[in-house]
Amino acid sequence: MSAPASVPEHPSRPDWVWHLGLVAGLVLWALLYRQLVPLSETVTTLFPVDRHSHTGEAIAFFFYDVPKVLMLLVLVVFAMGVARSFFSPERTRALLAGRREGVGNALAALLGVVTPFCSCSAVPLFIGLVSAGVPLGVTFSFLISAPMVNEVALGLLFGLVGWKVALTYFAFGLAVAIVAGWVIGRLRLEGWLQDWVRDIHSGATAPEPVAAERLTLVERYRLGIEAVREILGRVWKWIILGIALGALIHGYVPEALMARVMGADAWWSVPAAVAIGIPIYTNAAGVIPIVVALLGKGAALGTVLAFMMSVIALSLPEMIILRQVLTARLIAVFIGVVGCGILAVGYLFNMLF
Amino acid sequence: MEIKVLGSGCAKCRATVETIETVARETGRDIALEKVEDMRRIAGYGVMSTPAVVVDGKVAHKGSVPTREQVRAWLA
Repeated sequence: MSAPASVPEHPSRPDWVWHLGLVAGLVLWALLYRQLVPLSETVTTLFPVDRHSHTGEAIAFFFYDVPKVLMLLVLVVFAMGVARSFFSPERTRALLAGRREGVGNALAALLGVVTPFCSCSAVPLFIGLVSAGVPLGVTFSFLISAPMVNEVALGLLFGLVGWKVALTYFAFGLAVAIVAGWVIGRLRLEGWLQDWVRDIHSGATAPEPVAAERLTLVERYRLGIEAVREILGRVWKWIILGIALGALIHGYVPEALMARVMGADAWWSVPAAVAIGIPIYTNAAGVIPIVVALLGKGAALGTVLAFMMSVIALSLPEMIILRQVLTARLIAVFIGVVGCGILAVGYLFNMLF
Repeated sequence: MEIKVLGSGCAKCRATVETIETVARETGRDIALEKVEDMRRIAGYGVMSTPAVVVDGKVAHKGSVPTREQVRAWLA
């Protein structure tokens, strides 16, 4: 995010109109949200199928979940867009520079949630952090949590499975990022960076302090709206596709089959879920509706969460991007350590729930 | 006027180049536009989020596709 000039000026509208508009929007949102069940049932009756047949179930699932998920995402993405306007990569760097491991890992994982991040910027961000003297392990904590613990994943989980699972995913996502980053830091792998990055790292200087951007509340609202437009514009088709697939699973796949393949009793199901998740690359939006349908069909929560984390946190395209700054050996360690963390989460969950 | 767009091949970087080209055509300004995709050079500008725009050697914008108004201001 650059200067506030990136927000077009509309000085004609006074601030109170914006505040009032926000409140009105929230009220309208809540009213509509409460009507989703009757609305979806009405839509389903328009189809010439028996409501209690497989097809009827699938249709009802689809028409209830699509608007529900889209509405929840609008809310969560807007809130995060506003929250993110208080952070920038430069500010995160200033907060992390000179931080010791341990505390630094925890702080980096938390900042990974709120700092604006796009995997296409992963390399300049990585270099920016490393060149400012942020320890390698702390940098990794950030890089793991930033894509994995994001508002789209949390919003979807919250909407489709409930706040308990969303909160657990949040907590364990952070835990994996903190521990994996700390382990990588302990391994002292600075020598496994690409040569040119290592040179930058060893010549690191503390960055100049960065002043927080001064934005008005209305400008932050605008950034929130911009985030909704940008993110939903990108993911809506994935969500609809994902929920359609989820609806098919919901309506047609027999429960016993899922329970056998992805149930808690099959010990190999967690490693299999992680392994399958690595080459699959989709954003949270595409994978979560499917995950939800699997859960509903008796798949174990830990297995499903492991699958989800693996899909989102360990993706081949991101590894290829990071290859520019990390040697293949370091990437292998990265995958190994994060993969082990996800495995642990999967097994722990299957045991607890 | 020398303008560089920093960023390696993401959709937003292409959009940034297009926006700048369009505005330059509209305003008739003569610009030398260069796409910088090499990470070492990008890092050299101290930029942490792409796409970024460098105008006459100075980082003018980073982290998003600039608006037409912004581009017009640089070209003015």
